[in-house]
Amino acid sequence: MLKLNQKLLVFFASMLAIVVIAGCSSDSEESSGEGSDQPTYETWKEKDPEEIEGDLTVITHRTDIVDTVYQEYAKQFNEIYPNVNVNFEALTDYGGEIMPRMNTEDYGDVQYIPVQVPIEDIPNFFEPMGTLEDMQEKYLGVEERQVDGKVYGIPIALTYTGVIYNKSVFEEAGVTELPKTQDEFIAALEKVKENTDAVPLYTNYAAGWPLTQWEGAVTTTAGNVDYYNVDMLDDPTPFDQGDPHYEHYSLMYEVAEKELIEEDPLTTDWEASKVRMNNGEIATMVLGSWALEQIQGAGENADDIGMMAFPTDAEETIFSLGADLNISINKNSENKDAAFAWVDWFIHDSGYSVEQAGGISASKDIPLPDALTAAQEEGAQFEMLTPAPDDKQGLLDEVDKESEVGLWLEPNKKIIIEAAIGNRDESYDDIMNSWNEDWSAAYEEIVSE
Amino acid sequence: MFSKLSYKRQRSVIIVAFLIVPLTLLGTFSFLPVANMFWYSLTEWNGFSDKEFIGLENYRTVFTDPEYFRVFTVSLYYFFGTFLQMGLALYFATILSFKVRMKNFFKGVIFFPYLLNGVAIGFMFLLFFQPEGGLDTILGLVGLGDFTTHWLGNPDVINISLAGTSVWRYMGFNFIIFLGAISSIPNDVYEASEIDGANRWHQFRYIILPSIKIIVSLNLILAISGALSAFEIPYIMTGGSNGSATFVIQTVDTAFKYGKIGLASAMAVILLFIVIIVTAVQRKFFSEDD
Repeated sequence: MLKLNQKLLVFFASMLAIVVIAGCSSDSEESSGEGSDQPTYETWKEKDPEEIEGDLTVITHRTDIVDTVYQEYAKQFNEIYPNVNVNFEALTDYGGEIMPRMNTEDYGDVQYIPVQVPIEDIPNFFEPMGTLEDMQEKYLGVEERQVDGKVYGIPIALTYTGVIYNKSVFEEAGVTELPKTQDEFIAALEKVKENTDAVPLYTNYAAGWPLTQWEGAVTTTAGNVDYYNVDMLDDPTPFDQGDPHYEHYSLMYEVAEKELIEEDPLTTDWEASKVRMNNGEIATMVLGSWALEQIQGAGENADDIGMMAFPTDAEETIFSLGADLNISINKNSENKDAAFAWVDWFIHDSGYSVEQAGGISASKDIPLPDALTAAQEEGAQFEMLTPAPDDKQGLLDEVDKESEVGLWLEPNKKIIIEAAIGNRDESYDDIMNSWNEDWSAAYEEIVSE
Repeated sequence: MFSKLSYKRQRSVIIVAFLIVPLTLLGTFSFLPVANMFWYSLTEWNGFSDKEFIGLENYRTVFTDPEYFRVFTVSLYYFFGTFLQMGLALYFATILSFKVRMKNFFKGVIFFPYLLNGVAIGFMFLLFFQPEGGLDTILGLVGLGDFTTHWLGNPDVINISLAGTSVWRYMGFNFIIFLGAISSIPNDVYEASEIDGANRWHQFRYIILPSIKIIVSLNLILAISGALSAFEIPYIMTGGSNGSATFVIQTVDTAFKYGKIGLASAMAVILLFIVIIVTAVQRKFFSEDD
């Protein structure tokens, strides 16, 4: 009996070993490029739209409109390219779900460049779309993720961040002029608190990601388009008093400390907040321009909802245009022509950037939407950020990840609010000091490499 | 052909044939990923680029940075919740194994939460804990309105609320196992003890508890491992904010928010070892003297 058991044990152990070894040794080979002289991004245009064919898989993050708007897109696309069959896949958590797939070759034909991919690794996954020189003439925001003078993605939209507010609540509260500086903004929120029943500023703390929207307005606080990608990298401690980030998030701390936010931040609800803002139960939220249309559509009072610049003490009011996700093409795709056709159509003809993303199109041929021209007349400037110099490409992102400060992530923003409402015994300065410590440690480590 | 083999041969052939399928599945979906995780934990890898072998560097980072270990204090809440959960489960299982009116109804009520989906429970309790929500209303009705607080907003209470939710959810599972174990005790033992003048407490203390000792220790092992790896309920309800992050939430964040797959794998390996050690220690304590 015992002998048999031992034999069986040995047998199964070896079975397992075989399975494990077989599983481990299946690393994919690098696929070599095709032997043609001209890159696909030039050759596909020479073909007749009728000639381009194939099954195309397009991955998107818009689970909300994949069955409606996107189906329309496919129809319109097929009017020009009748022989391409387009399928969509919508991912709820794009960054998290695409990562494991990118370790295989199966991540759709058209997708976005995940922000998590280090910039220098982009060519391992994506098809070049043109040289930086050519692309810069035609598109905005393509320099951010270029590698060695080649562009691998085009922003699906350029959006800006500000404060979305309810006009009728402001009126009821007696705020007659839009607040421009931080002090004016807090004064306005206090009026809202005194004179109305609305929540002055709704943080959406529970969902978490709305807090990351604040980061998009740091340039407004800095009042300088060079700050974010250029000047910030010269400073190992970018969170000292007087630095833009310090000033920027001090507003978050202050509104929470003065109880100008929702009563219990832990039980907020994003979907409900849109409806409540539309109904006049919420006065302001800090969000990107993409949310404007969603909030206007969340009820019957679309005209009450407007957008103003993030309050700043800087001399100029700058709305910085930030690139949304970059649409890209899988380098292992078997239908590159069709993929290029789709990207080209999506950027130029779909209207996605204005209608669905509340921003402006990356294509320079498409005029600004009316809402923006109005804001421009009032003295706001819409500007692109200065890209990082060549020797600092991707450095900001690297330091940010290594330090776990997470400029675009919510955990540290949540800590600011927790401290402000008294759930943590840290002052705002303590928090900024700890950011500084983490940041400078990572900065030294990476810069000295 | 097969019938010519000796009985022992036949038996082993059949055993092997029957076990191939489950073991292949186990190997493919358990052992292989774990083996891979061990390998990742020795590398620096962000999920996209090439893996860089760095030996035990990740483990050193975890063990030398107190920030990674501070979250284990949160696990203590779940750990103490575990004992409450076991106590309640054992209590109800004992009571419902005797003659009680509406016995099956109560069994159903206690077991039901375990059948619900964790996400649904998370959202249910979010509403329940909201200011002016279910819990506050109930407390107000019974005159305890002064005791209301922000159940998730108050950092001293948040982990108790979450651990309580977890107890509510998993108690039914322990309960059913205990109930099964208790019902396997033959009835005539109780009758004999009643003739000897034993009351209900004596019966529990001297008959039920010794008979189900193994099941109790098994449940304890499961519950303590569960406490260490608490994840679902706090992740859904608070995302680990406001001081409710458990070790697993921190591991997931390290991997998928900060792109440190190597470091997160090392954390996962450490957790695995902690669970193995806890289990081994318990086996020693509760080992049967046979």
